[in-house]
Amino acid sequence: MSAIPSGLKFMDSHEWVRLESDGSVTIGISDHAQDALGDLVFVEVPEAGRMLDKGAAAAVVESVKAASDVYSPIAGEVIAANDALGAAPELVNSDPYGQGWLFKLKPRDIGELSGLLDAQAYAKVVEEASR
Amino acid sequence: MHEPLIFSYSRPGRVAAGQYPPVAPPLELPQKFRRRRRALLPEVSELQVVRHFTRLSQLNFSIDTHFYPLGSCTMKYNPRACNQLAMLPQFLGRHPLAPASMGQGFLACMHELQEMLKEVTGMKGVSLTPMAGAQGEFAGVAMIRAYHRARADLDRNEIIVPDAAHGTNPATATMCGCKVVEVPTLENGDIDLEALKRVLGPRTAGIMLTNPSTLGVFERRIHEVAALVHQAGGLLYYDGANLNAILGKVRPGDMGFDVIHMNLHKTFSTPHGGGGPGSGAVGVGQRLLPFLPIPLVGRKQEDTGQYRYHWLDERDLPQTIGRLSAFMGNAGVLLRAYVYMRMLGRAGMQRVAEYATLNANYLMARLRQAGFDLAYPHRRASHEFIVTLKRQEKELGVNAMDFAKRLLDHGFHAPTTYFPLLVPECLLIEPTETEAKEDLDAFVAALIAIQREAEQDAAKVKGAPYTLPVRRLDDVRAAKQLDLSYQSDRS
Amino acid sequence: MPFIPHTQTDVEEMLATIGVPGIDALFDEIPAALRTRALDGIPEALTEMQVGRLMQARAQLDGQPLNFLGAGAYEHHIPAAVWAIVTRGEFYSAYTPYQAEASQGTLQVLYEYQTMMANLTGMQVSNASLYDGASALAEACLMAVRAHRRSQSARILVPATVNPTYRQVAHAITAGQSLALDLLPYDIADGTLAFAALDALQGQDITAVVIQQPNFLGLLEDVDAITDWAHANGALVIAVVNPLSLAILKPPGEWGAKGADIVVGEGQPLGVPLSSGGPYFGFMCTRMQYVRQMPGRIVGRTVDLDGKPGFTLTLQAREQHIRRSKATSNICTNQGLLVTASTIHMSMLGAAGLEQVAAVSQAQTSALVEALTRIEGVTLAFEGPRFHEAVLRFEGKVEAVLEALGRRGIVGGYDLSGHYPELGNALLVCATEARTGEDIDAYASALAEIAGQ
Repeated sequence: MSAIPSGLKFMDSHEWVRLESDGSVTIGISDHAQDALGDLVFVEVPEAGRMLDKGAAAAVVESVKAASDVYSPIAGEVIAANDALGAAPELVNSDPYGQGWLFKLKPRDIGELSGLLDAQAYAKVVEEASR
Repeated sequence: MHEPLIFSYSRPGRVAAGQYPPVAPPLELPQKFRRRRRALLPEVSELQVVRHFTRLSQLNFSIDTHFYPLGSCTMKYNPRACNQLAMLPQFLGRHPLAPASMGQGFLACMHELQEMLKEVTGMKGVSLTPMAGAQGEFAGVAMIRAYHRARADLDRNEIIVPDAAHGTNPATATMCGCKVVEVPTLENGDIDLEALKRVLGPRTAGIMLTNPSTLGVFERRIHEVAALVHQAGGLLYYDGANLNAILGKVRPGDMGFDVIHMNLHKTFSTPHGGGGPGSGAVGVGQRLLPFLPIPLVGRKQEDTGQYRYHWLDERDLPQTIGRLSAFMGNAGVLLRAYVYMRMLGRAGMQRVAEYATLNANYLMARLRQAGFDLAYPHRRASHEFIVTLKRQEKELGVNAMDFAKRLLDHGFHAPTTYFPLLVPECLLIEPTETEAKEDLDAFVAALIAIQREAEQDAAKVKGAPYTLPVRRLDDVRAAKQLDLSYQSDRS
Repeated sequence: MPFIPHTQTDVEEMLATIGVPGIDALFDEIPAALRTRALDGIPEALTEMQVGRLMQARAQLDGQPLNFLGAGAYEHHIPAAVWAIVTRGEFYSAYTPYQAEASQGTLQVLYEYQTMMANLTGMQVSNASLYDGASALAEACLMAVRAHRRSQSARILVPATVNPTYRQVAHAITAGQSLALDLLPYDIADGTLAFAALDALQGQDITAVVIQQPNFLGLLEDVDAITDWAHANGALVIAVVNPLSLAILKPPGEWGAKGADIVVGEGQPLGVPLSSGGPYFGFMCTRMQYVRQMPGRIVGRTVDLDGKPGFTLTLQAREQHIRRSKATSNICTNQGLLVTASTIHMSMLGAAGLEQVAAVSQAQTSALVEALTRIEGVTLAFEGPRFHEAVLRFEGKVEAVLEALGRRGIVGGYDLSGHYPELGNALLVCATEARTGEDIDAYASALAEIAGQ
């Protein structure tokens, strides 16, 4: 069973979002997603300054057998990207909710967060998917 | 077995002198255009070259050496005559832009090939130009797009693709500037007609289908599919990947398809060459005739009764989608297909599908009896079928990849694994018509032996292969620490 | 039954195992109304001996004329060993190396090929090949748009001195993707790109500039200046080159201050016979930073479970079988067998051998030009430096000259009047190392005879 921390918000396409104390949000992919993809060999993160719409393809995660777009769960401006992943994409596998974060946004409308799944609802999505 | 890189044989100043032109004239070249330092190519003797590449060849599995039941790839015998006759010196020496008057023999073969392909597919016109299956697909979708545009029907930019389709189908649609719409497949392997009805509409450009499908079963309601798509104003594209299953039995044109590409390297037995060259001739019905990619080969009867062959280009087909290759596609591959078709003849062409289907159904029946799970147990196999190893994966921890790798130790090339994506832990098995019964029996025996081994010693199977030049390779390292060319210590 | 091994007993046993009365029953899922009746348009079968006679007769119709035609496909000597090895069943009848462990031969050849091409072009990486030179240019244009993220225009400048068929193919293949391939005029006085045309475009958003070297007219472009102009204006450089010429010409990786960004071309001059235009192979090389935007197969070296070196397809997540509608291209095959030929060819000749072949080709073309321009009414159109093709001007129609030469067993060159009418009665001729002094004399005397009539 994969880890699904409470306190985060999720999309059914397996992205997670964490609201930080400064009002920004951090985005990554879930433990379930990294497990399904297998060992990541390449991660492409968005450039700082890029404006993203909700649901826009923002990043790409690539393993030897799959490549997947990562969608932005909410709209906003990219304020940082995890450049460490360029040299060490495996961080997404080993620590998907920590050092394996992908990018940070300054949200356009923080209210959009409430439309996302909570941990419990996401756990159901994962359960469905692994059936 | 291990063969070092050719560069390791290199010694400064060693040359295969017999291959050089006799004199070395001075270059007539201003300094600024000149190469300053020679490229890093090996400096080796002729024997070293021959020995190195002969040894490398021996590291390969191939049709000539091994049973190669790679699903959807139709690895049948490549008759040697086809190769030898396509390599007659006159054909090899012919310049592609030499006048048609100096290529009547070659052009006659190409014209007859066009005609034969029209006949076996039930189409009205054929272009031999596309250089591979994927380029044939491109030509097909580009023609569909050109057809709608010529009718000022500009909103039609959606290409419908079944979820079981080969990855080239959606990739091709994107390359042609179309949007991909997926439709699901029913549990029995047929397309979901209700879902199809929901996505059809004024934006539908066409649908891409493989029949028999990538699931190895015949789409039984193809007539209904064709009627629905045509009613909605769309056209039907036939992906010829599985044409071997129906050659001489059913013609795509009769099923209602408007355009087809053929993989000559599958159905018509031209060599796969370690991943090419292919050849992806396209055939079209009446509506798409004006859009065929050029050049085509035409002919005129002279007063003497003799035919004269000539090229047809944009002057003859002003609405063509254009040229896809610098000349006329993979001419040498086309010659091989021509020789093959002449050797099969009318009756032989029909036997292809019959015996390919017999072999597949026999192999399927034997594996079913041996206790393997079939993905579509209630359906006939076409020329290929799918075994699913989901149960073995769950119970023994041995998956399709493990079975595939262990088969290599038994001297069989593995079937296609993990395609189609819909079936978990799948082996897509295509024996082709040119394999003898005892080879099929030996393949079944190998799979049974692997199954027993998996039950007793799963780790053994998971560590396979053991007898090949290398064991399982580290794909993750290959993709992360990219080593795409040899770097010498020369700075 | 050709190629089908089944005996009657085999068939009976197999049908019994399946549990059907006959082979026909295996097609019972196909609606009866769809079944094909007869294939009247297919002739009866021929035996190998019969088809051999037929093909010999057809081949003799085509004959073996003396060839002075290039225009993108070149006749060179190919060592006998090359095709003897290429047509070994282990190379010839294998497929794409999906099972790496059972395909180390093909994979290692491709890795050696990638190394040789990267070195020849002066670039960091090569793919395992594309279909041909023309389609490789089309793929390069699409790749440039993906790779150049800051450029919004998808506008690519293509000089009129780029092979006209390549330009047509690039248009046909990119037509669905709203690229603008804008034609750049050339200087009719010297047969190379008109620099003034570039100056007018200064400061505009241009995604890439294509440069062919040597250009279609056989002449050398000022590649350093064009490359620097492109980079100064924020555009990528796509080089189209003859790989043999790189034995003597500056490799694209060294053009200008920074070098070209994508290099493509037709691989045929490296060990592939003319064979009516194919199969050939296209090559593509680039900088490491763009490797994920490159279409086609790529082979990498890695290690196996025991730490032993081995080869495998890599970066497959770019490709259609994984990325489906978001793949870099729909291409699946490379031209594996032709690449095998070129790798053996390059190994056999080495850098010194290719250099000598290139130098002799250039010298023979000069000898041809000299011999033909001695004939009254035949002049050299452009004086600038060239590789192994030259443009000659005639007083009358070139078509008639070519026909007359054809009747004398000579393929005299490429009639430029279709694509370059502004050049008048112009003929593109080529002599490689495969043409001897006697061959050139034969051409000259045939032409003199025709001119004298």
